Amino acid sequence: MNSLRSSAVWVIARLTFREAARRWVLWAALLLGLLFLTVFGLAMNEIRKEMELAAEGPMALLATAEAYNVLTLMGLYVVNFLTILMAVLTSVDTLSGEIGSGIIHTMVSKPLRRWEIVLGKWLGFLVMMTLYLAFMAGGVVALIYLIMDYSPPNLLNGLALMWLSIVVMLGISLAGGSTMSTLANGVMVFGLYGVAFLGGWIEQFGVYLESQAAVNIGILSSLLLPCEALWRRAAFEMQSPLAGALGLTPFSSNSVPSPAMIVYAVLYAAAALVLAAGVFRRRDL
Amino acid sequence: MTLITPSSLAIETHALRKTFGEKVAVADLSLEVPRGEVFGFLGPNGAGKTTSVKMLLALIQPSGGDGQMLGLPLGDPRARARVGFLPEHFRFHDWLNAAEFLRLHAELYKMKREQITPRINTLLELVGLEQHANKRLRSFSKGMLQRIGLAQALLNEPELLILDEPTSGLDPVGRRMVRDIIRDLRQNGVTVFLNSHLLSEVEITCDRVAFIKFGQVIQISRLQTLVEGELTVTVRARNLTPEMVAGLARWSGSVRLDGEHLSLTLPGEADLPEVNRYLVEQGAEVYAFQPQKVSLEDLFIQIVGTDGGL
Repeated sequence: MNSLRSSAVWVIARLTFREAARRWVLWAALLLGLLFLTVFGLAMNEIRKEMELAAEGPMALLATAEAYNVLTLMGLYVVNFLTILMAVLTSVDTLSGEIGSGIIHTMVSKPLRRWEIVLGKWLGFLVMMTLYLAFMAGGVVALIYLIMDYSPPNLLNGLALMWLSIVVMLGISLAGGSTMSTLANGVMVFGLYGVAFLGGWIEQFGVYLESQAAVNIGILSSLLLPCEALWRRAAFEMQSPLAGALGLTPFSSNSVPSPAMIVYAVLYAAAALVLAAGVFRRRDL
Repeated sequence: MTLITPSSLAIETHALRKTFGEKVAVADLSLEVPRGEVFGFLGPNGAGKTTSVKMLLALIQPSGGDGQMLGLPLGDPRARARVGFLPEHFRFHDWLNAAEFLRLHAELYKMKREQITPRINTLLELVGLEQHANKRLRSFSKGMLQRIGLAQALLNEPELLILDEPTSGLDPVGRRMVRDIIRDLRQNGVTVFLNSHLLSEVEITCDRVAFIKFGQVIQISRLQTLVEGELTVTVRARNLTPEMVAGLARWSGSVRLDGEHLSLTLPGEADLPEVNRYLVEQGAEVYAFQPQKVSLEDLFIQIVGTDGGL
């Protein structure tokens, strides 16, 4: 423990966390998150009243639970998008920015290895984004539970997959930042995300239209960046079996990424981090 | 040729080379800087001074050649643990205050927890910023940043201090401070590698200087030899007679009289008092007596040329 606390990784991780915590973008995201949770809570309250008025008999009770499940996934879908956005926005300029400004010079001339800087930054952002995800997803789940007395199945599995998305995004953002300018990196990361997002939809249409080509395009785009696939898997874990039959909604899925995709995402995140460290190690500063 | 053994060298490079695409930044850098020396690295802008320093610290990878720093190959973090560095265009985490900034870098040096606070206080006092320990670096002037940057480079009590243009943002008081710090370090046996184009600074502080141009060492001179060398004396006096001037021949072969102004060249400082006494005893009324060495600036322009390497 002592050697960990004095290691450069830990020092950089703390610095990164403190620096990110001072930036307006994080506070804006937190404020936005609070606003979202407030609106979400108020809306859920209204919906519950309506549902209670309309519901009668055992079939209606079942339908109510299904509806609550969809509402939960809707809330978590927004949280998922916000955390991915924030993971990229906070980390996209950390390497390129410090290389550009020259801040990095007095850091890398210290007795540390360059990978320790990359790993430290990654760790700092990961802790921060984990807290953000816990706050936002915890807020949604708690509101649903308090207002509607409902909680989705396999909640922890779903949240773990959402968390894995953050890990993937931080990896790719650091890898890009180790070689590209901030702007180019942002374009690259959001470009990949856009392709994966679109690919996910194409895949769902493909399943619906029974077009194997469209499904393949979707799978390929998920290989480029597995975040959208992770969300669909998370939604699959947390949806009630009946809700799957609802069909084409962004927060439930009729084409479920396999567990192999989860393994792929873990490897992808690790490879992105190794790539970031490897490129940064050789880079002239 | 030299008596220097490898282990007594702070810096040693062999044919170090760096190219960026077509552009040759450093052509062939071979240097030996013994421990305990204050070494000046001089050259016009774009001569490759900063690139050379960056190769020493493994900020950039050499395209060719190799070297050692404190007996370890370039790029070894164990060497950097014993080195202090202040880059030329320093930028720091300016949201930290001065004490936090030093603490961060002390932690990066892996200093022991209990050593850090006393060291920070000592250094803040050394660079005259003890009143500003709790001010954010964002509010610092360039000179103050240079001071805190220097403190940062001294945290680990380095054996080798590498300074890239350390006085460019400083006022005369700050420059004096840097000079005094370098002098104290030298007394403690610290090697200082000083990258500068402020020649008067270098002239006062350095033992030896290397002149570089187009990424190549053109000449290495010991400053003491410059100091001990030939000098010119300019005298302004009344009642100078031709006989007097002729009598100066025993000290100097080149004497020139132009009204009240007399100039002569002497082989060294030793003759100065005698020449002065002679003039006074012969009845000259001396108003000014100014010996002048060949300045480093003259030497710089002579060696590097006036084109500035551009």
